[in-house]
Amino acid sequence: MSPNYSELIQALLPETALVFFAVLGLTLDLISGRNRTLEQRLWGAVSLGLIALIAAGYAACATDASGSVFGGVLVLDTLTRVTRLGVIGLSALTLGLLPGTARIRHPAEFVAIILFATAGFSVMAAAQQLLLAFVALELASLSLYVLAGFDKNRLESAEAALKYFLFGGMSAAFLLFGFSLIYGLTGSIELPEIARQLQTQPTNPLLVVALVMVLVAFGFKAAAAPFHLWAPDVYQGAPASSAALIASASKLAGFALFVRLLWGGLGEAAGRTPAWITVVIVMAGASLLLGNIAALAQSNLRRLLAYSAIGHAGAMLIGVIAAGRFGPGGITYYAFTYGLATVGVFGVIAVVERAGQCHTLDDLAGLHRRSPLLAGCLLVFVLSLAGIPPLAGFFGKFLVFSQALKLDSLAGAAGWLALLALAVSAVALYYYLLILKSALVRPPTPGATAKIEVPPAAALTLVIAALLIVMLGVLPSIFLRLWA
Amino acid sequence: MNALPWTIYLSFAGAALALVAGTRSAAAARWAALITALAGFGATLFCAVGFSPTSNLQTIVDVPWIAELGIRYHLAADGISLTLLVLTGLAATAGVLFSWNIEERTGEFFALYLALIGGVYGVFLSADAFTLFVFYEIAIVPKYFLIANWGSTQRAYGAMKLVLYSFAGSTLVLAGLLWAYAAGGGKSFALADLAVAATHFSRSEQLGMFALVFLGFAVLAGMFPFHTWAPTGHVAAPTGASMLLAGVVMKLGAYGCLRVALPLFPIGFEFWQPTIAWLAVAGILYAGFVALVQDDFKFVIGYSSVSHMGFVLLGLAAGNAQAVGGAVLQMFSHGVIAGLLFAVVGRMVYARTHTRKLADLRTLPLHRTLPFAALTFVLAGLASMGMPGFSGFPAELTILVGTWKTSPLWAAFAAAGVLVAAAFTLRAIQVSFFGTTDKSVAQDPTPPVRYEPITLAERAGALLLIAATIHVGLKPDVLLDWIVPALQSPLMQATLKGGGP
Repeated sequence: MSPNYSELIQALLPETALVFFAVLGLTLDLISGRNRTLEQRLWGAVSLGLIALIAAGYAACATDASGSVFGGVLVLDTLTRVTRLGVIGLSALTLGLLPGTARIRHPAEFVAIILFATAGFSVMAAAQQLLLAFVALELASLSLYVLAGFDKNRLESAEAALKYFLFGGMSAAFLLFGFSLIYGLTGSIELPEIARQLQTQPTNPLLVVALVMVLVAFGFKAAAAPFHLWAPDVYQGAPASSAALIASASKLAGFALFVRLLWGGLGEAAGRTPAWITVVIVMAGASLLLGNIAALAQSNLRRLLAYSAIGHAGAMLIGVIAAGRFGPGGITYYAFTYGLATVGVFGVIAVVERAGQCHTLDDLAGLHRRSPLLAGCLLVFVLSLAGIPPLAGFFGKFLVFSQALKLDSLAGAAGWLALLALAVSAVALYYYLLILKSALVRPPTPGATAKIEVPPAAALTLVIAALLIVMLGVLPSIFLRLWA
Repeated sequence: MNALPWTIYLSFAGAALALVAGTRSAAAARWAALITALAGFGATLFCAVGFSPTSNLQTIVDVPWIAELGIRYHLAADGISLTLLVLTGLAATAGVLFSWNIEERTGEFFALYLALIGGVYGVFLSADAFTLFVFYEIAIVPKYFLIANWGSTQRAYGAMKLVLYSFAGSTLVLAGLLWAYAAGGGKSFALADLAVAATHFSRSEQLGMFALVFLGFAVLAGMFPFHTWAPTGHVAAPTGASMLLAGVVMKLGAYGCLRVALPLFPIGFEFWQPTIAWLAVAGILYAGFVALVQDDFKFVIGYSSVSHMGFVLLGLAAGNAQAVGGAVLQMFSHGVIAGLLFAVVGRMVYARTHTRKLADLRTLPLHRTLPFAALTFVLAGLASMGMPGFSGFPAELTILVGTWKTSPLWAAFAAAGVLVAAAFTLRAIQVSFFGTTDKSVAQDPTPPVRYEPITLAERAGALLLIAATIHVGLKPDVLLDWIVPALQSPLMQATLKGGGP
């Protein structure tokens, strides 16, 4: 099969647009940045970034779902398109929060790195070959390490970056080792070929080792227990917008990649349950329990969000199990709407930080008086995380759990996992209500009673995120129809 | 019938309106809320007038909602729904009138209040389990803020406990429904389709599903021993919210049991029937005795609600058309009476005397200083005891007679509960309003404190509720004529045995 380069360029248009504008932004800032104020440079960078994301989004829409491209290196299907649009949208929301809230010294670099990370996510969504998948994952991860440590004035930010990097580097090593074993076993790095090879082979102990290695990396990316240890520190230390990206777009892309990898490449023979399912089930159960129970003890808002994210990762892993029979529609819906709510919460945190600190739940006290808009948006985001209808978070849970129960009702572990997830969602409501109680019920603390001025760009972004959550929650068919 | 869905939409629109109006003035928000509540009540009455009872649910709206999962937005009503819709309109209107004194964050109060009402209307109108569940959960969250923000005694604790119990209950319901949906092949969430699918379920599946769904709903109906949230939550809530919570929201649970759990899983019901009945009897007696020894006036009412809801659950558990019909009548009756009792205690008395301790109230000659409150409470108390002429009498009588047919033993114990109810109600009336003898007042040199007079809003609200309980008490057929045909539907007949009352 001769490589068709025009096809490749077509398929990678979104990423090309992202990288092009990122480099353009850096260059412009280098040339003319000296004469401008920080505010102007930030606005310039953000507008260029948004143009890049719109262009990429348009390109992602325009590419038709034509299947394998360039000899099977990439695949263009619904999962690719939806994930690409999802990560681009979540990155755009993250960017929209920057003007007025970011206190960073190098805005052009910050925006450029967000765009690089988005390019990485976007390739992760399309990769169908181990090597490309790994490179995309690393592009995204390296960008995120830098973003986590971007606030050079705060020691916590450096700590977050270092922790994230060390854990991330370790998991990348595991992943690569796993990939090399798979290559050794099957003689191929392309997922369809790997799947074909594995179907003909009896289960090999080496394959089990390889699978465990891959799952370690997956657990890290998804912040699933027991590979979650980095999450609380990173959520706490990283700048709010970096944390938003790490918690939203990165998750969505990670789940898309691993769903493709696990079911597309390592799904084994039809009818036989894949060997890795057990490990995923254990990870899901552990994450659900650990995340939701540990979150109860948190008084720091960001750490609370991190533990709740671990709990949500558990629910998303159930979606991964269900994706084998029902396709990745459920898991992508869950991950995307979860990302929307998380970006929203971090956006609110970023705006509150303008007027003072926002570390503990107490710092949110009296938000309904200090800024009704922020309080209203926070209500939508947190209730969506808690899974209250008619918000998108509810339908995400509903979809994933109903799929899990449809697998074998209560005869299989997936059904019981869904029941466990439902049970812990009642636990989760408690800590989500604590956030809302602080923001909507308690009066402002004496030191912080001033009104919070919400920058127009951030206000618009938060409202868009909240509206999307309501819209996708009330009319989930908008999303589900894409998979039909 | 076609106007009924508007109760839902009007309530949500009214919630938004009250929120906006509240930023201008508190009065604007109050009027917005009152007009919305009246419009909803008016719509239910308008439909009630033109209602011709049929056995099956009469579909009003039925459009695909999430076609990929076979979920439809299906609203329908029968006599049972209509009874409870009228109750909701009534309680909502009275509740707004008794919340007229909310001064702090008025707009937000009424916005949450109306959002809650919208959810309640939605539950009573749903004929699709998914739609029902969505409305059911919409009705949960506003409760937290209503209590935590505008409540009194231990409001943070009471609010959290109430909401977590409700949500845990709804989680059980969701688990059961999802299980049934998945086991039925995941084709439809319509109650009728689920019931058809359920006929193919194994016995153990039916037992499990019924247990999950029924228990989940019964938690909200205040079933013993999962009732403890109710007194704490209702005592902590502001008056208007207490009226709504005890009057209408607890009915959501009972309605869910009747509309979802019973018809869907008849085999499961048969197995669990005695357990439910004994728990209901235990609730009637236990909550009654606890109410007898409370020293807080509002807790007496809170526990009396649990006791009266025990009758509803007993009626459902008895599983014949007469008892179940009585249970629906009792839902209406208790909704009105509990609203009235909470209104007197929370608004008429507590807002003026600033005490709810029976020991303190005993020293106040309230029957002289607040004669209207005393009169209202005596009437409400008589109704609550089940005196003939008030709605509680036909309701509890029908339940007891119906229950006797299934098991005389349950009926006998429950009848003892009526005596206990009389005891704690009479005690509350005596101690709180007639505590001081005329003699001691005459000897008291200081003239009794003058309280702010009962406002027009309070009088209107109280008269509305008194009229409702007396009307239904004298002519229970008004409601029974709606309820009884609905119990003859094929869905209900799968579970219920025996003729009408």
